[in-house]
This record gives sequence, structure tokens and C-alpha cells, in this order.
Amino acid sequence: MTMKLKSFALAAAVAAAPFVTTTTASAEGERYILVSHAPDSDSWWNTIKNGIALAGEQMDVEVEYRNPPTGDLADMARIIEQAAASGPDGIITTLADPDILEGPIRAAVDSGVDVIIMNTGTPEKAREVGALMYVGQPEYDAGYAAGLRAKSDGIGSFLCVNHYIVQPSSQERCQGFADGLGIDLGDQMIDAGQDPAEIKNRVLAYLSANPDTDAVLTLGPVSADPTLLALEENGMAGDIYFGTFDLGGEIVKGIKDGTIEWGIDQQPFLQAYLPVVVMANYHRYGVLPGNNINSGPGFVTADGLTKIEEFAGEYR
Amino acid sequence: MSGTAQATDSGDERVKDISRLRKALIRPELGGMVGTVAVFTFFLLFAFDSGMFNSQGVMNWSIVSAQFMIIAVGACLLMIAGEFDLSVGSMIGFAGMLIAIFAVTLSWPVWMAILVTFVICIAIGAMNGYIVIRTGLPSFIVTLAFLFILRGFTIFLPQTIERKTIIGGIKDVAEGDWLAVAFGGKIFQGLFVWLGDMGLIATFSRGSRMGEPVVDGIPMLIIWAIALVIFGHILLTKTKFGNWIYAAGGDAEAARNSGVPVNRVKILMFMFTAFCATIFATCQVMEFGSAGADRGLLKEFEAIIAVVIGGALLTGGYGSVLGAALGALIFGVVQQGLFFAGVESSLFRVFLGVILLFAVILNTYIRRIITGER
Repeated sequence: MTMKLKSFALAAAVAAAPFVTTTTASAEGERYILVSHAPDSDSWWNTIKNGIALAGEQMDVEVEYRNPPTGDLADMARIIEQAAASGPDGIITTLADPDILEGPIRAAVDSGVDVIIMNTGTPEKAREVGALMYVGQPEYDAGYAAGLRAKSDGIGSFLCVNHYIVQPSSQERCQGFADGLGIDLGDQMIDAGQDPAEIKNRVLAYLSANPDTDAVLTLGPVSADPTLLALEENGMAGDIYFGTFDLGGEIVKGIKDGTIEWGIDQQPFLQAYLPVVVMANYHRYGVLPGNNINSGPGFVTADGLTKIEEFAGEYR
Repeated sequence: MSGTAQATDSGDERVKDISRLRKALIRPELGGMVGTVAVFTFFLLFAFDSGMFNSQGVMNWSIVSAQFMIIAVGACLLMIAGEFDLSVGSMIGFAGMLIAIFAVTLSWPVWMAILVTFVICIAIGAMNGYIVIRTGLPSFIVTLAFLFILRGFTIFLPQTIERKTIIGGIKDVAEGDWLAVAFGGKIFQGLFVWLGDMGLIATFSRGSRMGEPVVDGIPMLIIWAIALVIFGHILLTKTKFGNWIYAAGGDAEAARNSGVPVNRVKILMFMFTAFCATIFATCQVMEFGSAGADRGLLKEFEAIIAVVIGGALLTGGYGSVLGAALGALIFGVVQQGLFFAGVESSLFRVFLGVILLFAVILNTYIRRIITGER
């Protein structure tokens, strides 16, 4: 039994080690918690973590990142409740499913915690739950801006490769692009599926059936990478006008060698960084921007690529 | 601890005397009790001022612990009967999705959606058990298959029917439903309003609910958890069926020879596990108002972890429902408490691993005392 006690004490000491360090490290400043809907496996959110860390350092506030390990949104609701119970100065959260998250967010607001919605959600929903503002990329506006840009480059028809047809925001991107061009979306959007081989072959099939297509729009690395291969295969690479959403290794390479005209970046870094800065200034001096903040669209072209290559996955 | 029996003057040589200390030590839930005390002491020391022990904080970890408890009771009884169920997490997502499809897409009354879902899920539990019994395959494999089958349907059904993977709007259709209240409602609301008025618990400081208590009642989820623990405990310790469960998990052949209907016991326990998972799912759907294809991911392991911390043996035949409930409490308090203590969330797993290991070592030690192994 004495052995038992000893090993218990040892185990307790080992387990306690992380607490001791973290609890003493807490600063005097305001405390903000960012809650995301992303599972642990989603590396896109790494940039978000860097964003709040840098903002926290610069503003001298304490920031924490929390997420449901499996991406379970019901678990995320608990995390928001828990965050509110711990009495922070502010919570920054996504609004991935209003049905589930509205209640906890509203309760947090009502109990005196300031909330900013970032990344997923809309300005309307943010106002409805009582959040200070929404920081993100309105998908329709981003598509619209891209459409205007393409129009000035002389584009009259396009193919939108939608690999995430079940997500309403994906369709908004294609719709916005068509409206920016001033043409009808019609059947220029295809449901590409998520499998690279399928995406590639559907793009090939569409382009051989519609050889006069001026432009291709993809909605992220998942559809952009196979589309690049398809264009290489049918010899349209570098010839057809190619724009895409989000960044990734292959996309940056494509922009560099001229196959891709531009990438639309929603700038996750700003989505994390700005709410912290906005809240800290609000709590210290009572100043608050009068409107929501669009972190995107930020167009990435061959011109500004060196910085992006340097910071890709870190701040971009 | 020496473990030597106190000499007494009871004359019956067939009755072996055991010291009180030893008697206390051989309870399966001892590990859970020690763990609970240790965990609470720990967090009272390190996270007392963090909001963990205000009304909101207590409600938060109580709800999470209650969730674990609900699935742990089922997993515990099944494990004592000598089997596993890895399909619990998928069953949670599947059951929630069925309720959403019946109630929202097909516009059935909510009580009917809930009842039909229970029937379907318990039937799937029975099928799990039947296949295990009939084929003699390990339940690990059979229920692993159902982990995928049920998860697949949970993604496929809403996508085919509604073109999305989250179905919402259940709160609206469940309004005023007599059965929905039993899963999504709250009780003792008057008490909490009174506590709030007395200034004993936090109240909202602004908004439309200003002055109302932040915690406004005990959710039915917690009531279900307590009810299931009591039911499971009585079933296991006070009934003949409880002995059958132990016997089926201990030595199935010996049990059969002495007249225990082992197959029936095992299938019933699979059904009970499915029943618990469906209760979990129903409470979740009623509370949040939507069902998603990703609900319940990895919950099967969380149930097993709670049961193992609570002192049950993976090989069956030994364990207690109270222990599993304490395991669930420890799990919930640790998971939520680490956040309040300001620990980086990735370290939660390290701590959980340490607790799990420690609990298993302690439980093995206790079992050695009982069986007299050295």
C-alpha cells in the first residue's frame, strides 16, 4: 500500500506539472477565448491559432483556442457554455450551425460576455445572436468581386467546379461570380464530388462538350488541384482563364507559373487577429468599428507571391 | 495493508471473517471513489476561482458527466456480461438523425418520431447481439461493422433526402410535445429562480432575460442519467437477472450448465446499450434542435473509458454500475475542469491517459486482493 501511495503521489505530480506552469503564466490583461468548429485534423485552422497568438502578444491580452476534437457541433456548444462560465472578457466563435449554437452564444452575451462571430456565419445571424460584429468573407460578395475582375479581363462564359455542393456558401460563390460577370449561372456550375479522379474527369468532360468556355473557377484546393491536371491533359493550361478560392501548395505554384490568374484568399489570419484587436480596444477605450469587417476577398496574383510563399500556412 | 483477518470468536468454520477495511477495499467502485475524491480535491485547489464551481460551471461539467453516465451504464452492464459495443457513437448520430427525419422531413408528431426511433435502434441492438451469439464472432468485430454501417446511413439519409448533413428545426416542431419534454425539458425551475432572486447564483446582467438565473433548472438529461444509474445498480445487485449478467460474463459455459440463459442475457444487454445510446441522442436532439451526421463521434470509447475507470474488467464478469457512474463523473470533471484550470486543450488527452492508466493499475491491484492472486 505504501508503494501504491507513492506511485499515486508520483502520478499526481506528473499530472499536475502542466497546470502549475500554465496557471502561473496567466497575465493581468483581458482574457479572450476563440472557439472553432474545426476537428483536430483540420490544418487550415493553424493560421487562426497563429493569428490570435500574435494579436494576444501585441495587445498584451490572454488568448485561448478551443475546439471540439472530433468536430462534433454539440460538443462545441458545451465548449461555448464552458467558456462563458469561466467568465472571460470576450468570446470569438464561428456560427457553424445556428440551431445548435444560437442558444449558448445568446446566453453568453446575456451573461455579460462580448461575442464576435468569425469565419462561418453571416452579418445578419451575428446581429441576431447579439454579437458585436461579424468578421469573415461574405461568400457571395467574394464571388461577385471575382466576377467583376474577370469581366474586366474580357470573360464571357465560365465553368464553376463545385466540390462541396451540399454547402450553401459554395453555391453563393458561383452565383456571385456569374452576377459579377453579368451573365446567367445556368448549368455552368457542376457538382464535381470530392474524389480527385472524378473531379478531373468531369472537368474534362465539360470542357470537351463546351470547348468555347472562357474561364474556370474552382472553390478550393480540393477541386483546384485535379482541375489543374485536367487542363494540363487537354492542353488548356495557361490558355484558359483560371481563378480559384483559397490557397494551397499547388495553387500557389499554379499562380507562379501563370496557369492560375488569381486566388481569392479569405485571410484566416485576419479573421483571428482582428477580433482580438477590436475587442481589446473596445474594452479599453470603448471604440468599436460601426460595421462588420470583411477579411476577404483578398486577391493573390503572381505579383505579391514572394510574401505569400514565405508565410503560406503560417499567416496566409 | 496487511489483509490479515481479525480473529473473532464466531464458531462457524464455513464463514470466513474479513476485516472491514478489506471488505471496503474489495468493492469494485473503490477506484472510482478514490479517483473522484482526488479529482475534486485537485480542481478545488487549482481551479476554484475559475468559474468551475459557480452555478454555470457546475451545470456545465454535470451535463457532460451525465452524458457519459447515460452511455456508460449501458456499456457497463454489457461489459460485465462479457461483450463490447463499438457502435454506440454511431448509434447516437443515427438515432438523432432518424428523429430529425421523422419529425421534420416527414412531419410526424414528435412523440411518434421518438418512439419509432427507439424501436428501430433497440432492434438494431438486438441484431448486434444476435449476430454475435449466432456466429460466435467477437463482439468487437460485429459492432465495429455496425459503427461503419450506422455512420454511413447517418450521412447518406439526410444527404439523399434533404441535400445537407444537418437537419434543423426540431425545436419548433417539438414545441408542446408531451414526450419531447421528457428529454429536452428542465425541472425545478422555480427553485433556481428563487436562488437567483436571493443572489445565490448568477443572473443575466442584460438582454431580454435580465434578472433571470443563468442556470434555470436541471435538464432532463441529468435526471435520465441518475435514473439509469439507479436502475442499473438495482438490476445488477438486487435481482436474479443481475447474477445472470455476472455469470454470463464470468464463465459463459459454466453459467449455461447451471441454467443461466446466457444468450438471452447478452442480447438483452446489447438492446439496453442501444436504448441508452438512443436516450443520449434524443436528449441531444431536443436540447439543440438539430441532428448532424457528425454527432457522437468517438463516444463509444468515452463510454468504455468511463466504465474502465469505474473498475469494470474488459474480460467481463466483474464491475459495478456505481463505479461506471463515478468513472463518468471523473471523465466529465477532468475534461471540463482542465479547461477551467487554463490547461492547453491538447494536454487533456495526456491527463486522461494518466488517469486511465492509474485507474486500471489500481483496479488490478484490488482484483488481486479479491481473487487472492499474488
